[in-house]
Amino acid sequence: MSTVKEIEIKDAAARAADAAADLDEDGDMHGEKMVLNMGPSHPATHGVLRITLELDGEVITKAIPDVGYLHRGDEKIAENMTYTQFIPYTDRLDYLAPLANNVAYALAVEKLAGIDELLTPRCQYIRVICCELARISAHLLGLGAFAMDVGAVTVFLHTFTEREKIYDLIEELTGARFTTTYTRIGGLSRDLPDGWLAKLSKFLDQVQVNFDESEKLLSRNPIFQDRTKDVGVYSAEEAIDFGMTGPNLRGSGVEFDLRKAHPYLVYDQLDFEIPVGSKGDCYDRYLVRMEEMRQSAHLLKQCIKALPGGPINVDDGKFVLPVKNKVLTSMEELIHQFMLVTQGGNIPPGEVYFAAENPKGELGFYINSKGGGTPHRLKIRAPSFVNLSILSHLLPGNMVSDVVAILGSLDFVMGECDR
Amino acid sequence: MTSTEKANQLREQFGDLISEPSEFRGEVTIELGDVQRIAEVCAYAKKEQGFDYLVDLSSVDNYGDDPRFTLVYELYGYGHGCHLRLKADLSEEVGEAPTVTGVWRTADWHEREVYDMMGIRFAGHPDLRRILMWEGYPFYPLRKDFPLAGRPTDMPDVAFSDKAPLEGGPFVTSAGAQDAEAGEPRAKQVD
Repeated sequence: MSTVKEIEIKDAAARAADAAADLDEDGDMHGEKMVLNMGPSHPATHGVLRITLELDGEVITKAIPDVGYLHRGDEKIAENMTYTQFIPYTDRLDYLAPLANNVAYALAVEKLAGIDELLTPRCQYIRVICCELARISAHLLGLGAFAMDVGAVTVFLHTFTEREKIYDLIEELTGARFTTTYTRIGGLSRDLPDGWLAKLSKFLDQVQVNFDESEKLLSRNPIFQDRTKDVGVYSAEEAIDFGMTGPNLRGSGVEFDLRKAHPYLVYDQLDFEIPVGSKGDCYDRYLVRMEEMRQSAHLLKQCIKALPGGPINVDDGKFVLPVKNKVLTSMEELIHQFMLVTQGGNIPPGEVYFAAENPKGELGFYINSKGGGTPHRLKIRAPSFVNLSILSHLLPGNMVSDVVAILGSLDFVMGECDR
Repeated sequence: MTSTEKANQLREQFGDLISEPSEFRGEVTIELGDVQRIAEVCAYAKKEQGFDYLVDLSSVDNYGDDPRFTLVYELYGYGHGCHLRLKADLSEEVGEAPTVTGVWRTADWHEREVYDMMGIRFAGHPDLRRILMWEGYPFYPLRKDFPLAGRPTDMPDVAFSDKAPLEGGPFVTSAGAQDAEAGEPRAKQVD
């Protein structure tokens, strides 16, 4: 037989009196600050980010982010293979926008090789299509996950439906849904499939409706506004000091976009606007991403109209693989094929830094070459890595529940942060 | 004002400390004669020349050469849109450079990464710990004498480089256990 215990439940006034007795002269609670370990596997950390939070009640007094759980040594790997062989590894940086990584990496190597001016117009337009499609895909997930983290689950389901359509398009274009490996040094792995542009236009009409729906669900939603407005604010000066890039920089009011400031590909021939925030809070960063998707759709429509014909690869056998039937019949092409496959393209010695405006921010590649087919040193300047470094400055003073909103608004990917 | 003019301005200020600017693929690079003065040069570049954004800080291992390491600073100014690369050599014996965290706060994580991957220390850094590898990891993986396949490293109580036990490991269900509880995938006493 178990015994029944009497539990004494005090009324509210008695509990308040007990709590007051626990306070010392300064009005502080007795006892130490609490340390809360968030992550590495927490739904709001979008991967494997760990943050050690020191709490005073519900207010954060100290935050120590801990990254590196997904470190695979990409930079070391890059030093031990040819430039072309590294392209699949770039898929796995920001794995929400692999096409954009492919393009940024190819452009960096082409800059070093000195063939960036020779890229064919068709190749450049297709690459812009890739980048903007990747941006829509990444922002759809970023916004969906952000909204879900602060309680609006419906938006996530809406945006994921559209992402699925993007993946179908990407699969048809590249042969793979995630690991696209689409670009090559000096061109692309293949041309657009027949009828693909018509499917893209159809998708753009559909996604427009989805943007409107998602915006209706969030922009004037009082719960979403309460969770995000005036939360996680940092000024333009702080953003620059901490090296923030992408929507996280523009959310604080800095009108800077590499596509406009230092145009690559054919961005200087296309019409688009850079949305900026006014306050630098989580809500502003949400608005910037929302508008960026619309601008990307606008860019894609222009590309569909303006897409020129012609070849997709640079006409230079030193960098681009020759057509297969020529390899089997012509000596020169055979030699080029052999050299490219066994030793890689003949890249001159030197060093370059090239950065592209990726969905998460400025993805830069610093390549130090001693000549030949492999880099001597390849440094990846990952936007998520730098964007996360602000956390220990930004989180203190916020409530625990705000951490989720702040992390969602910073929209990072650990694959890229940890490399 | 172009990047080259900015570089020449730095040369006027610091004299022989800074090399003749060189240009490759439209990017201007200057080399610093003495790495111990990097913080001073960076502070001047930020304050007087408007390089308010440290894009990237990386390191190169010139294994076999002396000095062995090179630090590479990519500077950018939002106001004028100029990019400038600052390089400084560093020998293995010295192995330490002054921190630039006082100039740009973004340098904090960049320097921790350089320390973690290349083993270069930064004097005056507020919190110089490993960032991508774990605390207590004994090697510097991006050095050229570190093999691509890695080196076996134990992490006491957490990770080990021996073969994982097939029986009784924390992730293995014991198939022939007496009851469901004994078959649970938990760490068990090994006989």
